Amino acid sequence: MKSTRRSFIQKTALFSGAFCLGFDWFQANGKEVSMVQTTMESGRFNAFLAIDPSGKIILYSPNPEIGQGIKTAFPVVVAEELDVDWKDVEVRQANLDTQNFERQLTGGSGALKHSWERLRKAGATARKMFIQAAAQTWNVDASTCKTSKGFVLGPKGQKASYGSLVAVASKLPVPTEVTYKNRKDYQIIGKRTKGVDNKNVVTGKPVFGLDIDKPGMLIAQIIRPPFGATLKSFEAADALKMPGIVDVVSFKNKVAIVGKSTWEVMKARGTVSCKYNSGDFESDSTHKKWFDEGMVTDKATVQRKDGDFAAALARSAKVVEATYECPFISHSPMEPMNFFADVRADGTVLLAGPTQVPQSAQKAVASLLKIDEKKVEVELSKMGGGFGRRLNNDYALDAAELSSIIKKPVKVMWTREDDMGGGIYRPAARYHFKAGLDASGNMIAFYLRGVGINAGNSTRQDNFPVGAIENVLVESVNQVSAVTTGPWRAPITNFLGYAEQAFLDEVAEAGGKDPVQMRLDWLARAKSNPVGKITYEPDRFIEVIKQAAEKSNWKKKPGVHQGFSVYFSHLSYVAQVADAQIVDGKAKITHVTAVTDCGEVVNLSGAENQIKGAIIDGMGHAMFAKLRFNDGVASPTNFNGYRLIKGNEIPTINAYFVDNGIEPTGLGEPALPPTGGSIANALYAATKKRLYKQPFEV
Amino acid sequence: MSIQLTVNKKKMSLDIDPNTPLLWALRDHMSLKGTKFGCGIAQCGACTVWVNGEATRSCVLPISAVANADITTIEGLSDHGDHPVQVAWDELDVPQCGYCQAGQIMTAASLLKKKPNPSKTEIVDGMSGNICRCGTYHRIQEAVKLASEIASKKKTKSTVKKSA
Repeated sequence: MKSTRRSFIQKTALFSGAFCLGFDWFQANGKEVSMVQTTMESGRFNAFLAIDPSGKIILYSPNPEIGQGIKTAFPVVVAEELDVDWKDVEVRQANLDTQNFERQLTGGSGALKHSWERLRKAGATARKMFIQAAAQTWNVDASTCKTSKGFVLGPKGQKASYGSLVAVASKLPVPTEVTYKNRKDYQIIGKRTKGVDNKNVVTGKPVFGLDIDKPGMLIAQIIRPPFGATLKSFEAADALKMPGIVDVVSFKNKVAIVGKSTWEVMKARGTVSCKYNSGDFESDSTHKKWFDEGMVTDKATVQRKDGDFAAALARSAKVVEATYECPFISHSPMEPMNFFADVRADGTVLLAGPTQVPQSAQKAVASLLKIDEKKVEVELSKMGGGFGRRLNNDYALDAAELSSIIKKPVKVMWTREDDMGGGIYRPAARYHFKAGLDASGNMIAFYLRGVGINAGNSTRQDNFPVGAIENVLVESVNQVSAVTTGPWRAPITNFLGYAEQAFLDEVAEAGGKDPVQMRLDWLARAKSNPVGKITYEPDRFIEVIKQAAEKSNWKKKPGVHQGFSVYFSHLSYVAQVADAQIVDGKAKITHVTAVTDCGEVVNLSGAENQIKGAIIDGMGHAMFAKLRFNDGVASPTNFNGYRLIKGNEIPTINAYFVDNGIEPTGLGEPALPPTGGSIANALYAATKKRLYKQPFEV
Repeated sequence: MSIQLTVNKKKMSLDIDPNTPLLWALRDHMSLKGTKFGCGIAQCGACTVWVNGEATRSCVLPISAVANADITTIEGLSDHGDHPVQVAWDELDVPQCGYCQAGQIMTAASLLKKKPNPSKTEIVDGMSGNICRCGTYHRIQEAVKLASEIASKKKTKSTVKKSA
């Protein structure tokens, strides 16, 4: 495969006495890659690939690491095309650098899709330059040379390490065309590569945001108001007298307790009382009323219309109708929200901590403090999970605002109660489905109305089975709430996927169809003669479905009740079969088979982790999680009342990947949306009880 | 009044509020950040350390209750990060985000001290008090098994050496 995009611009620089090549594989010109001047001697790390004479290769990984494994996957791709031994690669986290990186964020399972070409080109270009440097040194034709594990090999047995060639290579013109490896020659891509941070993690190195410790840093906790309430006054006289307490200040309806150590702040916090305006703040009953109104309002937004749904429904031989509902839930990453900010007298700001979107933090803080973005520096820490929570920088803004008030460096720390009670939840949603079947049990009319609370468009109107059904109407209603919401791993689809896949199981049953064959028939239709625009590739859907049916022994396991689901999200396809068995008189999910098409699997170990993790995540939240609201206050607010799935509650999982070599697509999220559906359908097969609400009552 | 204790084989003397939970004493006053805060109510296990060799939740344990005790944290589990549990965790690529893993590892190492060859059920039961939000449970369970195998091989080796 050849790349003919614009050439690299090449420079060299000195780094600790060694030459290094600076490659910027993320520069903003589409998929173009350029080498940039490395200025490491001034402490600015915008080089992504540095090689010292010993052959050690340092790769800078720009994207925030949240547990999705991007810090390992990106360098794997570069190292593959560079053709080096993985053990010679050292990976370092880059800080926010808007000059040299683009899309330096974690969200939407989009990093590999975005960067695949850039990463390959960075590696392949460097490799070609080393070959040319060696050919020039040996006075041979470059085409007679090849590479292996960080060495160039010449036609007469010559051998030179990349390290020894850096000085020559860096003076060469940068090639405009590079050749990529054939898949069959991959040494690292597709194999199991261990996480580059494993050693730090297992020895307890301070790599997370919560571990940040800076000179003069104070600790703060913040009391937040009930949703919708306004702070009237607060009483902190006792707290201010307590040891270690530096200040108690208020901003934007919040009260911050600032002190020298965590425990002193926690203790003092307990003595601070806040008074809020009285009002009729939101409760579960409010949300139920909004759902009920949303179901019947004639002001829904039409998201998609194919054919004439109402007419088709009227002539249907059979109508299936159901309502599904999902509650607000918390992201609950194991590391609660925290962030460090130092708003300095000289007008510069240092931010440090866990965020999925460092550039947004920079922009928001600059805007809040009315300063130039360039004055806000952001250091990235590893994140103890996020699941979308850290796409919202509210906690980073709080830290910056507080630091600007107290004029001192401060780390704002949330307790678990703050985290679970403090907002930015998965929105709650209710879905109303109707299906009209003809006399042969084929679905000729499909209707979906999504009513979300702070969910925006709670549907994915172009997603399968839309495109295979003649008459479709998809509508959404958004109810505006004071309860703050945000993206939660596989936004919208994490609950829509469950509702839709469970409903389609009802459709199959009502029509007397096999759930797998029914979908294959629809996909044949979507492929040959799609209804309106489709956003998915039917062939890729068909392949994961067929493989899942085969690998799960679909409906051929005696004593096992199976449920099927398949979902397309983040450009990847995941089909699942869940197995339920009756254990001690109770239905239990014992096994899940998942077949994923995410294109090329970059790191098999990391990929399996993402699939299994997403299934466990999806299952735990479908079965156990729910936040309730009373007068603007969420509950429960800790793990004693809010149940997360544990190690003795998981099914065995087999994760398979379609081997098609297509450019890689998302993997952090796509296995989650089908999970609620596959397990609901398996539990139905076992109990004959449909599960219309999360958390499931089994 | 200062409180004496031993942390990772080092004698420490702390002059802090006796109600300070051990977790915060470790993190804020001894700069040992490996032990994590997850829930603050002993529900998730992220703060697990050893107190006199027993796996214990440090987030609800006042420092006064561990006066003169012997504490081991993730930083002190081995000198070179090569405890069989640490080796197995890396080998099977257990961590995703990694935040809960110090607590998982301290729990696993304690389990293996008591039961060097645990059954599958003993592993699942022994580890199910520690929450992993990323869902690394399968690999955690496999890694405990692998760690027990690594430890028993090590033992055999050293026995062989001694006898030789």
